[in-house]
Amino acid sequence: MPWLPRSRKARRRLTLVAAAAPILALAVGLVLYGLRDSISYFYTPAQALAAHVRPGRAIQLGGMVAPGSVAKDAGGEVDFVVADHTARSMVTYRGDLPDLFREGQGVVATGAYNRAGVFVASQILAKHDERYMPRALTRALKAEGAWRGSGAAPVYAVSDDGRGGRLP
Amino acid sequence: MTAEFGQFALILAMTLSIAQAGLSFWGRARRNGVLTGLGEGAALGAFGAVLIGFAALIWAFVTSDFSVVNVAENSHTEKPLIYKIAGAWGSHEGSILLWCLALTAYGAALSLARGLPWGLKALAVAVQGSLGVLFIGYMVLASDPLLRLVSPPVEGRSLNPLLQDPALAAHPPFLYAGYVGLSVVFSLALAALIEGRVDAAWARWLRPWTLAAWGLLTIGITLGAFWAYYELGWGGWWFWDPVENASLMPWLAATALLHSAIVTEKRGALPAWTAFLAIFAFTLSMLGAFLVRSGVLTSVHAFAIDPARGLLLLAILGAASGAGFLLFALRGPKLKDAAAFAPISRESALIINNVILTAVTTAVLAGTLWPLVLEAFGRQGGVGAPYFNLVVGSLMAVAFVVLPVGPLLAWRRGDAIGALQRLAVAGCAGLLIAIAAYALDSPRRAVAAVGVGLGAWLIAGAFVEAAERLRLGKAPWRESLRRAGGLPRGGWGMNLAHIGLGVFVMGAAFETAWKSEDAAVLTTGAGMPLAAFHLTLDSVTDRPGPNYDAERGVIQVTDPAGRGVCTATPERRTYATGGQTTSQVAICPRGLDDIYIVLGERRVAPGGGSSWLVRAYWNPWARLIFLGPILMALGGALSLSDRRIRLAAGRRMPRSQIAPAAAE
Repeated sequence: MPWLPRSRKARRRLTLVAAAAPILALAVGLVLYGLRDSISYFYTPAQALAAHVRPGRAIQLGGMVAPGSVAKDAGGEVDFVVADHTARSMVTYRGDLPDLFREGQGVVATGAYNRAGVFVASQILAKHDERYMPRALTRALKAEGAWRGSGAAPVYAVSDDGRGGRLP
Repeated sequence: MTAEFGQFALILAMTLSIAQAGLSFWGRARRNGVLTGLGEGAALGAFGAVLIGFAALIWAFVTSDFSVVNVAENSHTEKPLIYKIAGAWGSHEGSILLWCLALTAYGAALSLARGLPWGLKALAVAVQGSLGVLFIGYMVLASDPLLRLVSPPVEGRSLNPLLQDPALAAHPPFLYAGYVGLSVVFSLALAALIEGRVDAAWARWLRPWTLAAWGLLTIGITLGAFWAYYELGWGGWWFWDPVENASLMPWLAATALLHSAIVTEKRGALPAWTAFLAIFAFTLSMLGAFLVRSGVLTSVHAFAIDPARGLLLLAILGAASGAGFLLFALRGPKLKDAAAFAPISRESALIINNVILTAVTTAVLAGTLWPLVLEAFGRQGGVGAPYFNLVVGSLMAVAFVVLPVGPLLAWRRGDAIGALQRLAVAGCAGLLIAIAAYALDSPRRAVAAVGVGLGAWLIAGAFVEAAERLRLGKAPWRESLRRAGGLPRGGWGMNLAHIGLGVFVMGAAFETAWKSEDAAVLTTGAGMPLAAFHLTLDSVTDRPGPNYDAERGVIQVTDPAGRGVCTATPERRTYATGGQTTSQVAICPRGLDDIYIVLGERRVAPGGGSSWLVRAYWNPWARLIFLGPILMALGGALSLSDRRIRLAAGRRMPRSQIAPAAAE
């Protein structure tokens, strides 16, 4: 084939590029397509209201579980209110709550708003560690001035783990 | 006193690491064997010293010495002994100590290794020592695992109950042995770049270390996935969480390296690429440690995070891999790549493998770090599992299509038609199984058909390759038997690993497509359906454990005909310390399938009667998901046993001259 480069080395390089290019093109295409559809942004209830998140769009909703709002019905569904300083959002979730889910504690729910404005959660972020606070939530709290420092109970939390205080 | 003794040993280890790096570099520069010998001795000494420090920490945990911060925060007198020991690496400081222990152990192994050329070995020991200085220095200066408390508490805060599990006790040691095993590969790459000798012989020395690290990493990741499967009680085994991705990325890079090192060893081709991958793989290991420990990304598996020190870890990562890549940039372009090969050849097949694996690694890296990119633009958010499933699934599917063809192609110039003819049986098997899978009713039948078919194709392809080597059916059976005895173990190891991959792919695809899930709030005596089965909650009783109180449910599982399948006893445990609850999942194995039952929280009805939330999953072929990686690791071990023999025998003839038919 006359259009191929003469030197053996250059020809080999061309083969390599020809083999790698379609795979890399596929990879880049998939990454761009995948990223477009599966990024879920983080909002607190107030931010979600301000941003007019459309129903059905997957997002992460973070805030405090409002004390006294958790209602567990016999069918296995749990309803509760996620609140920040200025807004509240009704959340419904079907399934077992993570072990560290408590009233007055921080929570991050993944899901989408339905047409009635209720947030239907598909996953409640389960923390493995009670000393751990989701980072996005920490930032949102700091922005609101409700942050009391790492490991400290948030402003409307009622400490119920019986541990009390940190070690020196 | 033991804690102070341990602290002293760790400081000594840092000094010895400095000596190891300095003496080895100096000795290499002066061509002085005494100095490099002293450097090797220092490497052994550093390992011994870290081991003493580690033993001191274990001792503090076993004796519940709460005057040590680490013990006070992560242990408890009532904890079973095994979790007291495992608590030693449950914290940030302890896990860094485990990392340093592995790092110095590999340094000691490297300085004891035989058959390496003098100069290369001295430099590799020196680079390994420099890594030791960075990490042990970080430990001693910023993350002291044996720090004392001024006023010790009477009782400790205990280890997070989720971590009190046998699989998770063993998970960090395997994972770290794998992560850090790649440090030797990194050191050997840097040494070879400095020496200017990145060639076939170098790749031969590189391979056993890569294989060992890869095998240990495989086991470590599998243990972690298995733990997530049965301890978290979410019914799944992989969530594309940043912490999980952090362990997957070095594994993918190590897998690519394993294959490119073969090309460099057998054909002298791609030396620069192999050296690059060696540096890249350990960089990803360090990135994994940084991501896990810094909490920079929101993870469901966040343990023992510390953002301030995370930054310091990032600086160490930058220093180590920055030096590596700088050296590569300076020396890489000068490396000679002499070997020529045709577009259809085993070299090309392995290059396709590397292109795909690298693309997958990069895609996982992009998805994992994307939240940071969003943050830079003032947004917060995450990348969900659909992204990873789509990108990794599709790219790996392409790799699996090509995989069985590679080993049947000859080096330099392969016969594609011939290879495909020989694989016709495997292709038919894969296609038939795919059609059968598609015919079964399922919500995700396309995924299932492609996955199960590809898995069968991989397994059958490996059998075809083995049969080809034995000339099964083409030569008298006596001849085949004789050949079976003479084949190198590396070949068997490769086929076993590829079969393991096929087993995993089949299991993962089947489980994803056919699993079903159900939840109901049950009173005792009530029942619920699950797939074709029926679950009845017999009773729930209280049962005290060593450091927790449990509610144990007794659930009868019956099949459609009403026969008993098993009695499941899931538990819900409440730990006195910290008040945390965990679920003890009950798994009824049924052949390859799992019936997976979780006892949820108790709900008190208005009338006063109690009921429990019971969640159940039917996970068909779930066993294969964990069996596959074990087979892969066994394949790696088999290959490694082959290589050890060859390395111990010193410089023999290249294998191509011993057994022409035998090629890996």
